Amino acid sequence: MANDSRPGSATLTRDTDGARLSLAGDWTLPHYVELHRKAGDLAGTLGDDVRVDIDGLGTMDTSGAFVIAELLGSRRTQALAQDGSLPPARRALLKTVGDAIDTYCTGVPRRRDAGFVVMLERIGRAMSSFGRQTAKLLGFIGITLQGFATTLWRPRRWRVTPLVSHIEQTGLDAVPILALLSFMVGAVVAFLGATVLANYGATIFTVDLIGFAFLREFGVLLTAILLAGRTASAFAAQIGSMKAREEIDAIRTLGLSPIELLVLPRVLALLIALPLLTFIAMLAGIVGGGLVCIVTLKMSPSMFLTVFQADMSVSQFFVGIAKAPVFAFMIAVIGCMEGFKVSGSAQSVGEHTTSAVVQSIFVVILLDAVAALFYMEMGW
Amino acid sequence: MNASPASLPPVADDVIQVRGLVNRFGTQTVHEQLELNVRRGEIIGIVGGSGTGKSVLLRTIVGLVRPTGGEVRVFGEDLLALPAERRSQVERRFGVLFQSGALFSSLTVAENVALPLVEHARLPRTDAQRLAGVKLALSGLPVDAGRKYPAQLSGGMIKRAALARALALDPEILFLDEPTAGLDPISAAAFDSLIVTLRDALGLTVFLVTHDLDTLYSTCDRVAVLSQRRVLAVGPIDEVARTDDAWVQAYFNGPRGRAAHGAARQGD
Repeated sequence: MANDSRPGSATLTRDTDGARLSLAGDWTLPHYVELHRKAGDLAGTLGDDVRVDIDGLGTMDTSGAFVIAELLGSRRTQALAQDGSLPPARRALLKTVGDAIDTYCTGVPRRRDAGFVVMLERIGRAMSSFGRQTAKLLGFIGITLQGFATTLWRPRRWRVTPLVSHIEQTGLDAVPILALLSFMVGAVVAFLGATVLANYGATIFTVDLIGFAFLREFGVLLTAILLAGRTASAFAAQIGSMKAREEIDAIRTLGLSPIELLVLPRVLALLIALPLLTFIAMLAGIVGGGLVCIVTLKMSPSMFLTVFQADMSVSQFFVGIAKAPVFAFMIAVIGCMEGFKVSGSAQSVGEHTTSAVVQSIFVVILLDAVAALFYMEMGW
Repeated sequence: MNASPASLPPVADDVIQVRGLVNRFGTQTVHEQLELNVRRGEIIGIVGGSGTGKSVLLRTIVGLVRPTGGEVRVFGEDLLALPAERRSQVERRFGVLFQSGALFSSLTVAENVALPLVEHARLPRTDAQRLAGVKLALSGLPVDAGRKYPAQLSGGMIKRAALARALALDPEILFLDEPTAGLDPISAAAFDSLIVTLRDALGLTVFLVTHDLDTLYSTCDRVAVLSQRRVLAVGPIDEVARTDDAWVQAYFNGPRGRAAHGAARQGD
């Protein structure tokens, strides 16, 4: 339908009566760009006394009317809309668009800054938002601990069913993937150790390498990072979609505490599940490493175990597992907190889920580094 | 008078023609031999109880639902039988306002309205944004609303923004699915008068699915009642309200119907 239409034209003629602007053709959306250019050429040349003649006008839609109204200006458009000789529909269209332009044009224009200023502004925003995030996280930790303290003495308010359900989701369901992951990392560490230590004829220390690595660091770190990706995101998405659908508000108005109902079972579940998973990860990693020792270093299983037992003290295990509850708490709290920060849209749920994963992995690695320094100073 | 659909012969100027429409989902039949004509330039209101398939009818006409049987013609074309390119051309000639707005949440309101302008009318982005601003003003939104994201808008503003997007390509038919649901009475009344104003100014045909009796009385030229899987009655509202049917009587002559009628009379 638009293909056979003739683009509109605007011609300005001057005769003895003064200037006369004739508009003809179709003023419609498909011709917008051309019409806009034509109107732009004429814009400055219209005097106050110009008469407007739109008898030759074909079809006109809102975009055409917009160009005409912009060309003529508000006062003349309104005058044209009052012109009794035009069909009422056309007058109504001109009037409506003219009114709309009045509102639109009185608005404030968008402010545009240079690149450097924008960059400074973004850095500043990021810094202040980092500060606020940290404060919020500390606040949320406080609220959670307070929730623990108040419900601890009242067994009737313990939420056992959701607790068990969350332990299943975060703990039991994660066992296969975690065991496989740790097993493979254990094998890789053993290969590395065997290759490097072979140069010194000290391949027997591969056993120590695997033991130290998995008991002190890798067991708990792998578990924490896996759960940060798997569980923190799930917590953020679950609570976030509840927040988006006003379910959290509903919980509050029913006189219940969302912390007690949603956060405590999740935090507790992870506090229980993560140390258990860490233990499994340690075992799987050592088995993976041991298998490589047995296969490539021609070590017998009993020899592997004897060396392991002789060189590893149980304190190594405690040093590693002691970090697990701390990581568990931080992962769960960050996941839940990001869920509570969701506002309205589904997009916001996605943003906060991502943020939960990034933050919890960051915090886990940061705390692990701090712990490593601490243990070193303490000589553990 | 006779408000049965069979008595209305198809007119050349009918922009929407629904013939013998059957819609079946599993064992549930929503429409059975449904007939409806919509004339150019009218505002037709579709009413019916919950689950009578008002929204399904709308979705069938715009081509989102493939009917089990029957024929739907928009501008004399069967959308589902057209090749993709031709279908897209026809689709540009109508605009749809979905029940919850369906604004794209990752775009600002102005970008939402500018999207069809950029994609279909091939306008440069700056021009599209300017034109979008006018459409937003046309729909009665304040200027600063254009820069906001849908999540930051109130229910009434979302409806207006969605209306602006539906109007972006200057459609000939406007489909509205429960446009005033969830709005306060003042916003709803403003929306009603906006629809009438736009129809008069832009020469639109408006297909309006609604529950709102005030909207029916204040805007619609004709009303079609969906019941028992077909169009039970269609015609001017006062005629339809006299139809001898329990649901129609309960709907139009119940307390709310009488109040809306009274209000509409006072308004006249």
